[in-house]
Amino acid sequence: MLKRSLLAAVAVGSLMAAGAAQADTVKIGYIDPLSGAFANVGDSGKRHFEFMAEKINANGGLNGDMIEIVAFDNKINPKESLIQLQKAIDQGISIVTQGNGSSIASAIIDAVNKHNKRNPDNPVLFLNYAAVDPAFTNDRCSFWHFRFDADADMKMEALTDWLATREDLGKVYIIGQDYSFGKAVQAAANRMLAAKSPEKEIVGDELHPLGKVKDFSPYIAKIKASDADVVITGNWGTDMTLLVKAAADAGLDVPILTYYGGGLGTPTAMGDTALDRVMQITEWHENVDGLGLDPMLDEFEGEHEIDFYYYRVKNLMEMLQKAAAKAGSTEPEALARAFEGMEHETEVGTITMRADNHQLIQPLYLSTFSDDVARDVEGTGYGFKTNHRIEGPATSTDTTCEMKRPS
Amino acid sequence: MMQPGFLRSLLPWLAAILLLALLPSIFPSRTAFSVMNAIGIQLVFALSYNMLLGQGGMLSFGHAVYFGLGGYGAMHAMRLIEAGSLDFPVFGLPLIGFAVGLIAGAVIGWPSCRRSGVPFAMISLGIGELVAAAGFMFVSIFGGEEGISGDRMVGVETFGLSLGPIKEVYWFIAFWAFVAALAMWAFTKTPLGRLSNAVRDNDQRAQFIGFDPQRVRYLVFIISGGFAGLAGGMSAVNYEILTPETFSALVSGAVLIMAFIGGIRTFYGPILGAALIVVMQSLLSDYTEAWQFYIGILFMVIVMFAPGGLAGLVERVRLAIQRRELAEVAPTWGLGVSAALAMTLGMIILVELVFRWREGSEPMELLGIPLSHSEILPWLLALLLLGLGSVGLRQAPKRWGRLLRGEAP
Amino acid sequence: MEVIVFSALNGLLYGLLLFMLSSGLTLIFSMMGVLNFAHASFYMIGAYLAFTLSSGIGFWPALFLAPVLVGLIGALVERYGLRRVHSHGHVAELLFTFGLAYLIEEAVKLIWGKLPVPYAVPDSLDWAIFTLFDTTYPAFRVFMMVVATLMFIGLWLLLKKTRAGLMIQAALTHPQMVGHLGHNVPLIFMLVFGIGCALAGLAGVIGGALLVTEPAMAFTLGPIVFVVVVVGGMGSLTGAFVASILIGLLQTFAIAIDASLADLFALVGIQVDPKGELTGITLAQIAPMLPFILLVLILIFRPRGLMGARES
Repeated sequence: MLKRSLLAAVAVGSLMAAGAAQADTVKIGYIDPLSGAFANVGDSGKRHFEFMAEKINANGGLNGDMIEIVAFDNKINPKESLIQLQKAIDQGISIVTQGNGSSIASAIIDAVNKHNKRNPDNPVLFLNYAAVDPAFTNDRCSFWHFRFDADADMKMEALTDWLATREDLGKVYIIGQDYSFGKAVQAAANRMLAAKSPEKEIVGDELHPLGKVKDFSPYIAKIKASDADVVITGNWGTDMTLLVKAAADAGLDVPILTYYGGGLGTPTAMGDTALDRVMQITEWHENVDGLGLDPMLDEFEGEHEIDFYYYRVKNLMEMLQKAAAKAGSTEPEALARAFEGMEHETEVGTITMRADNHQLIQPLYLSTFSDDVARDVEGTGYGFKTNHRIEGPATSTDTTCEMKRPS
Repeated sequence: MMQPGFLRSLLPWLAAILLLALLPSIFPSRTAFSVMNAIGIQLVFALSYNMLLGQGGMLSFGHAVYFGLGGYGAMHAMRLIEAGSLDFPVFGLPLIGFAVGLIAGAVIGWPSCRRSGVPFAMISLGIGELVAAAGFMFVSIFGGEEGISGDRMVGVETFGLSLGPIKEVYWFIAFWAFVAALAMWAFTKTPLGRLSNAVRDNDQRAQFIGFDPQRVRYLVFIISGGFAGLAGGMSAVNYEILTPETFSALVSGAVLIMAFIGGIRTFYGPILGAALIVVMQSLLSDYTEAWQFYIGILFMVIVMFAPGGLAGLVERVRLAIQRRELAEVAPTWGLGVSAALAMTLGMIILVELVFRWREGSEPMELLGIPLSHSEILPWLLALLLLGLGSVGLRQAPKRWGRLLRGEAP
Repeated sequence: MEVIVFSALNGLLYGLLLFMLSSGLTLIFSMMGVLNFAHASFYMIGAYLAFTLSSGIGFWPALFLAPVLVGLIGALVERYGLRRVHSHGHVAELLFTFGLAYLIEEAVKLIWGKLPVPYAVPDSLDWAIFTLFDTTYPAFRVFMMVVATLMFIGLWLLLKKTRAGLMIQAALTHPQMVGHLGHNVPLIFMLVFGIGCALAGLAGVIGGALLVTEPAMAFTLGPIVFVVVVVGGMGSLTGAFVASILIGLLQTFAIAIDASLADLFALVGIQVDPKGELTGITLAQIAPMLPFILLVLILIFRPRGLMGARES
């Protein structure tokens, strides 16, 4: 698959090269799972990047240079990710992107920091499109890391704000994956519920192994027994699909507040059982009205037979193009300085890359799985429908980041 | 008194020093250094594994436990050095890995070495799974999913190596790989090393001459654990990260495959296996999606037809040269080798065709010749090569079989 | 109460799935002394074949055809592979099946891809069979329990009441004797291996739809099946059955119970930090480890297993 994507990108690149004389290529290393339990998620992300690379290339590329996405399979293992990162650097790649798994992102941030310290002439820039552990833009912030998704705390703020308005949902069950992100969600939910709605009772607070549970029925039995009114989960990938599948099998009939309810494969697995029940908090969804994105969505879905999901990949690539133009270069340090404080006009409004901690500030949408939608997901006939929009500035949180910039 | 035989047995080691010194000039790229460092780590690991399987006759499915524990020991030491509470050179961290591996071997080996054969293999599997699960539970020790990472550029420098650039890490790896291999070779010459062979071949006979086979197995197990831990320590410095996945059955399986493909009946077999598998893993994977499939086929072929592994084949050729019968056996070997090559080629074409047909990707090119999966001809070619190869292998006289088994022709 | 009932149901279900897998393995193990590392791989092949077949000919024909195909593959593997290494001893056989497991996983990835395939419960079984404490129970799960129970009864009758079964029983205790009596031992071996694999294939047809059909499915279940066979005791079908149910219940109940070490200490009056690293470990967290603790203990203290006839 790696070779194929490479060739596809080269083919596109060479077509474009006819227009722009002697264009070079800028390679972006895409390090995500392409095999194993989360392969479908990684594969979907790769298609988004390739699609957007074509768009950017057709629109002049990075100062005339063509973008090429080179995929590396990290098997969702931190150590393997470092080996793949090394491989990417060996190939002369200086921009990498990754999103699936905060444990992976953590290892990559660490490795990129070390590499850049040891090889100041050959630094690497890390553009994070989905790993949302708040630590990355707080205690562990790095000059070489930029995040284009709202972090777990920002999303939890939005979820708990909504929950506080629903007095009928008194008993909360929290379930998540046993690793840094799952724990961050768990901690944020506990902290924010205690602060915003102390009257609510947390009847369950559980972590399960990441990507290893095949049958969630025992967990669902526990949730049912706890008499919960609402479930909060940060699960993604197969863990999300199987959780909802088991909930549907057992007829668990409560709202499920999710980060990734719209994640690949999940809507199909949930089907009608999730109607008006599963909610998600995202930076965008296909049924945000009046953005004029439909032609692009149709094109993507026609080409790849999956839904366009990562709006932030579009933001990331557009901002990368803008940063390259502003810096007049594609050198990592110049790009990083150009990203800091950058404002970008998008269909949903102005988004801003914070200079102090490299976190993108963008509006968020809380939406519900519904049958009353214009665009359905995964051919299910159902899609997500906006409950309300949270403006960008409202999602901004304080940061403990002390950014160290190269002098 | 130095015997000439002893001196001659040192010759390969001198050659190894020369090779280690020359390698960086032959392969100066970053990629080459990554690959060579990985080989260095894996060859120590595979040699330590072979102390069990090849020399002691103990099939283990849980050797990653000692590799991982040694690595974690070294990593925690590295973090202590960074925090300034431990005064120890990073260069010496593999020794800490060795010590942790020894202790782990002593603790775990005590119950498991009471059995041999299949029950021993099952116990090692069970313990391997237990430790793998525990790795994810004790976050303060093993770091959970994220694992723990450290910085190797701390503490005092040894031999003027800062260990920052990958090239300097190469010298570190080369040093330890050499020292560990030499030590393990020396072990085979000790009375205990010899005894473990006796226990492997016939533990009752060993018992009759007054040695407790259980005790011999236990001691070998401890030392093998130590060297696995040393390899883990090398890995900790090279990658600067350890995750609980290090304990997984995949790692244990990989070391078994390396040792066995290389050949478990000779000392240097696992070195060949480690080099081959690491090269396949890092280079072949760029060319084909099916590289693991090829490793699997290779393993099966060796289990079924050549239990001596690659080293067994090398030994057989050497024997023929020594006996000056190369000219005599060359024609049969030639036929056998070309038949095997034809089969291999046929199989590769077939596998790649299947893969591309499923993926619907662009046609492959082999040696500059395009082979399209949508045409009938390449499929026929693959089947023809397979057929020719198998006929050739059947025709090659039985000597071929003897060669593979490492017996006299 | 709810939790107990559903944990029991889920545990029973999981245990029966384990039994479907381990029955074939224990058959092979008892007859040939081969611990087939690749057994769960045949389970995986069964699931994938059923996925491919059911999209063409429907679920019900696939339910019968897929296991037969898996059995054929198994018989071929025995005839042209395992028989070759048999003379090198059990360790060589173990290595062979280990390599086979690896090879099958890679072959599955090449043929069906690395992503999970959408093999789902057939529509004819996709409904709620009963409702208990407001929780519905899917019909497919009940169907699976029925199949597994029939399998147990069928195998038990085969072993105890037929000539072929008697031969297998005899081979268990007196392997040489059976050969001396003039039975075609190699043929019996091939048949036993084929049937064992077919049973795994049947488990795959059902397990694949119940759980997820993906290339890692063999790897995740394989070791547990080993545990069942070793714990149950070499060659004992009843032992395998009891051990399967035991492990299924053990793992499911462990998830349901929130007790931690600290709670345990509190019972006897010692107060420790309930959120501590060691004392805060809950039974749910160690659930996946329990079978392996059992395995190691059994191997050390009772190598015959719960109901085994002889040590390996």
